[in-house]
Amino acid sequence: MSPVKHEHGPADPLPPEACLEVFEKLSEYLDGELSPQDCAHIQEHIRDCEPCVAFVESLKTSIRASRELRSQETVRELPEATREELKAAWRAALQRRTG
Amino acid sequence: MAEFVNPEVEWAKRLLEGDAAAFTPFVESFQSKVFQYTWMMCGQREDAEEVAQDTLLKVFESFDQLREPEHVKAWVFRIARNYCLMKRRRSVFAPDKEFSLDELMPGRMPGNDSPGSAASDRVPDQRELPEQRLLRAELNHELETAMQELPANYRSVVLLRDVEGLSTTEAAEVLDLSEDVVKQRLHRGRLALRKRLAGYLTPAGKVSE
Repeated sequence: MSPVKHEHGPADPLPPEACLEVFEKLSEYLDGELSPQDCAHIQEHIRDCEPCVAFVESLKTSIRASRELRSQETVRELPEATREELKAAWRAALQRRTG
Repeated sequence: MAEFVNPEVEWAKRLLEGDAAAFTPFVESFQSKVFQYTWMMCGQREDAEEVAQDTLLKVFESFDQLREPEHVKAWVFRIARNYCLMKRRRSVFAPDKEFSLDELMPGRMPGNDSPGSAASDRVPDQRELPEQRLLRAELNHELETAMQELPANYRSVVLLRDVEGLSTTEAAEVLDLSEDVVKQRLHRGRLALRKRLAGYLTPAGKVSE
């Protein structure tokens, strides 16, 4: 059975219930964390729902931007004395491990 | 096909074997990542640098307790998160708040944000943008601001899952949350960021279609 085609937009601001069900599970869908049945259900829905496709694409783009986020605030280089302190702590930890 | 080897995991394994050559790349990689997390969580440069240094010191002091180098990043961030809590300072950015899914739903957002119905749905694909470098920097800057304005309970999850790439299980362990709560906060945090970015990027000329 082919899914019923529908529209939702400015004239019909509340999306149909089927779209809202998809909306609730989009992150799990994009992260591959849904069951095969739920995944198939979403794929079947968005195949015929352009607004949902657009929403999924915008969410994907936003997530991709987060993955590439680099803060404007950059860290200062560690002072040499701090580096030496860290190295000494590492060596002491290794000695405990092997000793 | 060659298997992807995470350099941080490799450095951790080599450090456990006593290879001093792995020390500098490990420190530089994690100093930068931990600082970004503590800065985004604390919002104060001095605090963020202090917490990042305390975290690194604790990491090396307890390096003999690293049992699973495959999960070194989650292990380091668990320590960073504990030091953030020990600071006992509230974020200067947005405090904890609960988003209802309802308020983030399309069609229930201000400005008729029904899926696909509004220009605000269209977040540009960075690969398609003209003047790519400038716009990428602008988007990055706007995203950093949006991230800082996200309530802290969502921000910590989005930072660990999307910015640092931890798995749901790892993020749940770092934050002492159930996996279901991590998934819920991640979804709502992402939706809030998308909503914020979409509004900023609406003006003509910035939208790549």
